[in-house]
Amino acid sequence: MQPLLRMQGINKSFAGVAALTSAELEIAPGEVHAVIGQNGAGKSTLIKILTGVYRKDSGDITFEDAPWNALSPREAQDNGIATIYQELSLVPLRSVTENVIMGYEPRTKLGLIDWKAAHRRTREILSDFGIDIDVTQPLGSFSTAIQQLTAIARAVSLNSRLVIMDEPTSSLDDREVETLFGVVRGLKAKGVSVIYISHFLDELFHICDRATIMRDGQTVAVREIAESTKLGLIADMLGRDPEEISAAGMTDLGGGTHERGELLLEATNLHTDRNLRDVSVSIHKGEIVGLGGLLGSGRTEAARAIFAMDKLRGGAVATHANPAGFKDPAEAIRSGIGFLTEDRKAEGIVPEMSVRENMTLALMPRLVRNGAIDRAKEEEIVKKFVEALGIKLASIEQPIRELSGGNQQKVLLARWLALEPDLLILDEPTRGVDVGAKFEIQSIIQEYVEKGVGVLLISSEFEELVEGADRIIVLQDGKSVSELHNPGITEESLIGAIAQSHDASPDGTQDGAAA
Amino acid sequence: MAGFDAKTLTKHGGLIALAVLLLINIAITPNFLQMQTLFVNISQVATIAIVAVGMTLVIATAGIDLSVGAVMAVAGALAPLIFLSDFAQAYPTLGLAASIIVPILVALLCGLFNGVLVAYLGVQPIIATLIFFISGRGIAQVLTNGNLQTFTHPGFSYLGTGKILGLPFQGWLVLLIAIVFWYIVNRTMYGRRILAVGGNENAARLTGTPVRRVKTGVYVISAGLSGIAGLIVVAINSASDAARIGNLMELDAIASAVVGGTLLMGGKAPIFGAVLGAVIIQLVKYTLLANGVADEVALIAKAGIIVLAVYVQQGRKE
Amino acid sequence: MLDQNTFDLRKYIQGNGQSMGVWIALVVMIVFGALRYDNFAGAYNISSFLNYNSMFIAIALGMCFVIMTGGIDLSVGSVVAFTSVCVAYLSPYGIQVALPGGILAGMAIGALNAFFVIAMRIPPFIATLATMLGAKGGALVISGRQTISVDWTSNFTKFGMNNVGGILPWSIIVVAILAVALWIVLEKTSIGRTVEAIGGGEDATKMMGLPVNRAKAFVYILSGGCAGLAGVILASGFGAGQPLEGVGWELSAIASVVVGGTLLTGGLGSVPATVAGALLLGLVFNILNFENGRGVISFSAYWQMVIRGLFLFVVILLQSRVSRVGAKQGA
Repeated sequence: MQPLLRMQGINKSFAGVAALTSAELEIAPGEVHAVIGQNGAGKSTLIKILTGVYRKDSGDITFEDAPWNALSPREAQDNGIATIYQELSLVPLRSVTENVIMGYEPRTKLGLIDWKAAHRRTREILSDFGIDIDVTQPLGSFSTAIQQLTAIARAVSLNSRLVIMDEPTSSLDDREVETLFGVVRGLKAKGVSVIYISHFLDELFHICDRATIMRDGQTVAVREIAESTKLGLIADMLGRDPEEISAAGMTDLGGGTHERGELLLEATNLHTDRNLRDVSVSIHKGEIVGLGGLLGSGRTEAARAIFAMDKLRGGAVATHANPAGFKDPAEAIRSGIGFLTEDRKAEGIVPEMSVRENMTLALMPRLVRNGAIDRAKEEEIVKKFVEALGIKLASIEQPIRELSGGNQQKVLLARWLALEPDLLILDEPTRGVDVGAKFEIQSIIQEYVEKGVGVLLISSEFEELVEGADRIIVLQDGKSVSELHNPGITEESLIGAIAQSHDASPDGTQDGAAA
Repeated sequence: MAGFDAKTLTKHGGLIALAVLLLINIAITPNFLQMQTLFVNISQVATIAIVAVGMTLVIATAGIDLSVGAVMAVAGALAPLIFLSDFAQAYPTLGLAASIIVPILVALLCGLFNGVLVAYLGVQPIIATLIFFISGRGIAQVLTNGNLQTFTHPGFSYLGTGKILGLPFQGWLVLLIAIVFWYIVNRTMYGRRILAVGGNENAARLTGTPVRRVKTGVYVISAGLSGIAGLIVVAINSASDAARIGNLMELDAIASAVVGGTLLMGGKAPIFGAVLGAVIIQLVKYTLLANGVADEVALIAKAGIIVLAVYVQQGRKE
Repeated sequence: MLDQNTFDLRKYIQGNGQSMGVWIALVVMIVFGALRYDNFAGAYNISSFLNYNSMFIAIALGMCFVIMTGGIDLSVGSVVAFTSVCVAYLSPYGIQVALPGGILAGMAIGALNAFFVIAMRIPPFIATLATMLGAKGGALVISGRQTISVDWTSNFTKFGMNNVGGILPWSIIVVAILAVALWIVLEKTSIGRTVEAIGGGEDATKMMGLPVNRAKAFVYILSGGCAGLAGVILASGFGAGQPLEGVGWELSAIASVVVGGTLLTGGLGSVPATVAGALLLGLVFNILNFENGRGVISFSAYWQMVIRGLFLFVVILLQSRVSRVGAKQGA
């Protein structure tokens, strides 16, 4: 059969850095096709080229046997390709109806918007999804799940021949995921193709026919899902031999081998908002405590609450020096805590500043002598860490934005290590960095833990958690539901605990490795 | 434009513009190469430069201060009220000191008001400073009942007409202020924090920066410098007209900062760049006026410079 | 699963919050004025009040649309001055030429703003600050720094000076028609919906394939046109083109828009509430005038600017909490 969509030899670079190198994608009519890859593999760029958000540098795209060159998302939509983006592309202040039918409103004879018909049509569309809500209300007043399904409803209502879903389930609960799968199967039955982008590999085996695997801006494999294994897909994504993975494990963190020292910090029943409802965690000297759970389970929120980034509505954080917790991040830093954020760009680097200035941002109060910054001491510290962490740069005066992701991450890590902290909170420390830098960062962490630093580790990569952490606190819906201990944790047991905790009582902590 | 050319142009654009302006003036403006011309330009550029330094700090935190001109008016209206008062007539020295210190303190309070609105109440800087932009001048006019205050007061006039080593006092003051703030920006923790807040507010907060205090601080500094500038204007003219002091100064200051290389989205504070920007703005004004171009056409030219400078800056961002 | 914040937001959007407050405040002030001052409810006060404030309503309407997109237009005051001079020159040809001429002159400056903001990607406040300066310069240049007297023999001044039935000035009738038209545009057409969507999230609006640039161009040109209309009213009502008028009017417009419940961050706004906001601000001055007349207090004209600032300050205090909730939701 002729493919519905064919993308060939797509090249794209941003400011001289190649994001895609002759990437390919082929979708058959009525097919549910997964596109998978690590962060930064080029999935989003490829999709955005298809939908007219970016222009390709070179390459060919044909859609329904005709050359395709959408210049805007609107044009893509009008020609049958609808997209639901990862970052919700909706307007929360406006009504549900507007969000569903905006741009395609029914009109009265006078050419004005026919709100009655618009609301009615929106209700019809949503009822196909089993959603019954007041569509005149602002979208922002509904849960994230409803918002997500609204975005999907919008795409589906446009009679598209290809629907692109970018991480559609990341904020949905089980029942809603089932609803979504139902919708996807319904689309497939109608002959509509779906491009399905997801980090949750299990989902692919439920609904996808084939998968295109991307790595470093290239298409590395196309697999029939029915003939694939999860391990095989992971191996493709990482560019590794499947057998090597299962034999050796993939991380450089040596979980379960640390002596647990004195208690550093105790957080009990943390509660900020609906994303963080009841999480308890304690960290001792010289141990790595992992926070396990799916996206949206409250991992980052728990870390932010401990670091006093968000105000607590309930619960307490206590350290030996600060039994009443911290009033702001500055106080947390003073008492020896560092927080490596997951969002390097939004919360980590100050792009226009030099590597030197970025690295010493948290350390500054200790560098001040007679009211001025002690430049000699500053440079000495920066140079020490550049060398120790193997940060590749032209000069320490180079703006940090010019460094690669991995090197930026090392600078940020050094920012906290320079404080000689007792406790490090590491939120996705190896996300978006290349494999080499990843191992290096992991071994640096390891080194500091052996010196007695306590680490709270958050990672979406189960391998990193399973092999790195001494203990894993499992989170679900903003609550800590169980705790696993190394040695003995396997990826399967962690996934098991995460899955099982759906049924666990809110405060029931299960101890021990549930294998 | 080729990459190299564009880069060179934006990097040294200010100096190139200055050189071109000087050459044009030497060629066409009568009596340009005279000490008198230098004095006139120094005394007029001083107020722009002083305000532009404060504006640069505010913009470095990704803010803006539209109230500078109005704050100048408030300070400038207050000073004569104080040194012409009965109290000051009785105690001349004390009166002179008060007529300098009190207006600056009031200006600092205006800045505190702006800063609190922006930093603690989360009001957008444009809107927050718009309040004083309009009502500040109203307050100044209410204080003076809209009257022009003229005076002869050699002590106070020194601010505007005094000379040190043959050069106008306010020229030296600009130099001093620029050096002090250059030092603060480049050598102190507060300066580093200003740049961090403007460069990435979230990252600044995460690294323990007291973001609100830093932001409030820049508005206070900006208003304080505006206050000083207001006093100088009044001293130069030996008269205080609340309707005119610092009128449209916010535009000159923003233009100077932007021409000097300050990024509107924050994170950069080239203090000497802002001074250079002020010199350019002043020279443009002088060139036009000295060659018989009307005041109002100069306004339009200034508007053009602002748009162009910001446009060039936008291009550099990409 | 609605927490406290979403409840607030919801209430706010439904209009049970602030925009209701405007109407109540308006009624209270009218009743207060009518009871306290003899001539307050008289035909003369009503018609001159409406005539004078029709200008502020007009610029507030344009400003409302600009602010809904998350932008700002600081040039309106200068544009009023500029167009008042333009139409003074056009006045011999009668109102049928001067009215469209003035509006077009305003729209031209609005188009310049739109060009700066959209094509050159200059932040709205810088772009409109520059045109504020430029329009002011332009007004002074074409007027030769003089107040330009209009032609009293044509029908031009009738527009700004005559009433229908002795109470409804022509100016307010035109502005009322404009308000109704803009209300329909905002609520019932896709360009209006796009305007609000942009303020709620520009990227998302783009992703939905809505014509973001067209809508932004629309609001700046509209705002220029509204200021142009105000300029016509000014010249025809006072019999002169006034190059120095309009100082601080942008603040009045912004205050009216905000007191009407429009979020300064964009995304939410209402045409009727903006009109109410402008009327409310006008009433404050009207009542102060009456108090001045009674000799209870004595406010010089300079207080006007102070009061405008104070008014904006109070409104901002009321709104700062809500807009933060909005921003959080929008994030």
